[in-house]
Amino acid sequence: MSTIKGVEKMSQPNPVNSLASVAASRPQHVDSKHVAGTGLEARNIHAWFGDKHVIDDVTLDFYPGTVTALIGPSGCGKSTFIRILNRMHEFIPTAAMAGEVLLEGTDIYKSGTDVTKIRLGIGMVFQKPNPFPSMTIKENVLSGLKLAQLKVANQSELLESCLIRAGLWNEVKDRLDEYGGALSGGQQQRLCIARSLAVSPQVLLMDEPCSALDPGSTLRIEETIRELSASMTIVIVTHNMQQAARVSDRTGFFLSDGGPGRLIECSTTSEIFSNPKDKRTEDYVTGRFG
Amino acid sequence: MNTAARTLPPKRVITTKPRFSDKVFRAVVTSGGFSSLVILGLISIFLLINGLNTFKSEGFKFITGFEWYGPQLDAGLPAQYGIGAMLYGTIVIGLIALFFGFPIAVGAALFLSYYAPEWLKKPMVLVVDVMAAIPSIVFGLWGYFILMPHAEYWAKLIHKYLGFIPIFDMPAPAFSRSPFIAGLVLAIMILPIITSISREIFAQTPLDRIQAAYALGATKWSMIKSVVFPYGRGGVIGGAMLGLGRAIGETVAVYTVLNIVYDINIEVLLSAGGSVASMIVNKFGEASPEEVKALMAAGFVLFLVTLFINFLADLIINRTARKG
Amino acid sequence: MSATVAQPIKPWRVNFKQAWPEIAGAIFAVVLTYAIVSATPLKGKLGFFVTLIFVATIVAAGISWLRRDRKAAFNSVSTVLVYIAGLFVIVPLASILYEIVRRGIAGLSWGMFTTDMAVTASDAPLSEGGILHAVVGSLYVVLIATIVSVPIGLLTSLYLTEIKGKAASTIRFFVQAMSGIPSIVAGLFIYAIWMIALGNQYSAFTGAMALAILMIPTVARTSEEVLKLVPGDLREAGLALGGTQWRTVAMIILPAAQSGLITSVILGIARVAGETAPLLLTMGGADALNLNPFSGYSSAIPFYVWKNFSMGTELSIQRAWSGVLVLMIIVLIFFSITRLLSNKKGRF
Repeated sequence: MSTIKGVEKMSQPNPVNSLASVAASRPQHVDSKHVAGTGLEARNIHAWFGDKHVIDDVTLDFYPGTVTALIGPSGCGKSTFIRILNRMHEFIPTAAMAGEVLLEGTDIYKSGTDVTKIRLGIGMVFQKPNPFPSMTIKENVLSGLKLAQLKVANQSELLESCLIRAGLWNEVKDRLDEYGGALSGGQQQRLCIARSLAVSPQVLLMDEPCSALDPGSTLRIEETIRELSASMTIVIVTHNMQQAARVSDRTGFFLSDGGPGRLIECSTTSEIFSNPKDKRTEDYVTGRFG
Repeated sequence: MNTAARTLPPKRVITTKPRFSDKVFRAVVTSGGFSSLVILGLISIFLLINGLNTFKSEGFKFITGFEWYGPQLDAGLPAQYGIGAMLYGTIVIGLIALFFGFPIAVGAALFLSYYAPEWLKKPMVLVVDVMAAIPSIVFGLWGYFILMPHAEYWAKLIHKYLGFIPIFDMPAPAFSRSPFIAGLVLAIMILPIITSISREIFAQTPLDRIQAAYALGATKWSMIKSVVFPYGRGGVIGGAMLGLGRAIGETVAVYTVLNIVYDINIEVLLSAGGSVASMIVNKFGEASPEEVKALMAAGFVLFLVTLFINFLADLIINRTARKG
Repeated sequence: MSATVAQPIKPWRVNFKQAWPEIAGAIFAVVLTYAIVSATPLKGKLGFFVTLIFVATIVAAGISWLRRDRKAAFNSVSTVLVYIAGLFVIVPLASILYEIVRRGIAGLSWGMFTTDMAVTASDAPLSEGGILHAVVGSLYVVLIATIVSVPIGLLTSLYLTEIKGKAASTIRFFVQAMSGIPSIVAGLFIYAIWMIALGNQYSAFTGAMALAILMIPTVARTSEEVLKLVPGDLREAGLALGGTQWRTVAMIILPAAQSGLITSVILGIARVAGETAPLLLTMGGADALNLNPFSGYSSAIPFYVWKNFSMGTELSIQRAWSGVLVLMIIVLIFFSITRLLSNKKGRF
């Protein structure tokens, strides 16, 4: 993606305005009627790996029907933060955290919580497409049902609707019994999105979902994200500012000054790119560093 | 960062209530994981309690003694159980095996890593793997019928020309089934393990160091001497020790090509040697219950020795492999 | 189009002009060795090879030193030695396989798979008797050992890769150490616990227990390697979809590693199928077919080989070689299956 950034920088003397115009040109829609859930609230989140403090006091709300992008240079804690949001953080043995993550007003870290239920409500798409290698496309999409032992009346209907929402139906409808590994990288990632949709989460977390994909597939996924955002809460971590500008309604900027990562500011995407309040945000979005 | 002294909130204790199925899963898997510890513990306990009487009655003589016979009722002599000669013999054939096997194995690993043409590498690795899969009884038969005639001839030559060295001396013209021949068979048997471990270690040698050596005008050999060997020394030594552990524990292959004699002979070409493992098989068939317990004691010593060697070897290999 | 088209060349390839001294040296070394061998008592193939090592080393060093310098001479010597070491790995295997086939084929017949040695003496003509009892015994032993050791080995590897408990590194260490236990010790242990302490008798099952002890570490270690290759994000994806750990392992991890796990089991089988020493202590060594694996003396192919070799008569040794041939074929079949499975690329 860096080439695109470079090209843009050369042709456009004022990249702030260019990104802002991208952000502004997007249709703004918050149609709360069909949105599932009430969003996600992170309250005073800290994170540690061993003694290393990696996230310092991040408070951030994610609104239903909204795509929130988290941007920032590498090592600023965005990925750690997003993994805290559905309790994937605790898989690292040395990990620790403080603060609260509220889903429908309830802290997901409250003791006695059934973690598997939490993760059903908050889905996740990973950096590298990872369809389950031993399953067909169909089995992949429906794998969440089996994993979580959910019963669904009409599986084929669910299969079709998930694949349609992930924008993959037309490409795979005739080859549902092939293995997921046979698809292209972009298709695999959309399969992973469809897989997450099958358990109907309220929130979908995406950890740099396009970083392993080519530009064409990236655009296709962004389209999918836009379509999905009408009905759920989406959080996307991205390295790529153009992507944040294209897909997100709100953008949070993370930065670490060598110590733990902090949320520098969070606002509407057009605001971040056209009129950032913080000097460091401006430096970052104009490409002066990072 | 340290501009203002802030108090950080305490780290939260993340408590998860795992589902019942996960609790069962974790319990089952954990108990499975500990089973190998349990088995090792049981091995040492059962061999020890069976051998305890022998250890008590023989004392330190069990390790140093040369005699092994049951109670001789007519002569009124008590039983004598000592594995000193066997331990000595085990070490001798182990060292002979290493003497021949180690240089060849390391050479073969070097060949596979740096000399062999590409088309030859895969089949050669296959050869090494197949060799590792050959049962020891097969080595035993091959050693007895095919290697032994050659080895005997060579033993005679060595004796003829190097007989002035005490270990090549020969009190009686009996050249078959000697420690020398057993060592040769073991050398071939431990080739695969030392070769494959050395090859793995060599493969981890940092490429930039190799290229740096070549860029300084090194020949292949001086590159190996200055980069590969210093890097892989520990792993190769560990591999040699694993090979030694195998050689010490080998039973039937040694038994077929070694004449077991309860005496210490420094002449390695003489048809008289010892091996704890083979001695156990040798005596087991006709052993009285009491003698079986003495054999258990011998097995316990063998178990401890091999366990110790393997521990040490794994420690060295792991440290080398992690060095990166 | 008068411009000359560049032709790809490989100037680093050794051509004849550079290599002729080496080739001449090699020929010279072989001829010289031949002369030395025929003039001295260093006869035989082995003698030829050993002499060749010395001669080739000296010739190679001499040529390099004359053409270049001391450093090149060292390099040539080491090259010759390393090639010879490579040769020394191939020669024994070739000899073993050749001799097994040559000596074993004579006694091989279909009849030997249909009869046992119940009424046949070891030195009876080869047309009588067979190895049916040993084949059945081996089958039982390997099957039972597999049934016992695979769950334990697999659970151990799951503990090391999925649970990653506090004891993981300790257990990994002990499993490694366990794989170095002499097979005779495993036999003694089973004799002590299963026969002395628990009062059981010689049987195929007893032998299988001893083999299981040897098989557990092999299965555990190779399965661990296989499970480690399953990408971590598949685990996370399963959990992120609301799966419990148990269901994630059962539905995603194990199926993803399937072919590798089968390989590890077969590797374990290949490891124990030819074991002899522990069986000598635990199976009794019957000559008749025993279809009950849980009681009565049994035999196995390695035991059969051992017994016939120990008889020491010409015909019994013939039988031993035939047994070895059958054993090797079985081991190599298992070995080839593992190769085929592991060559099939994983689907991750």
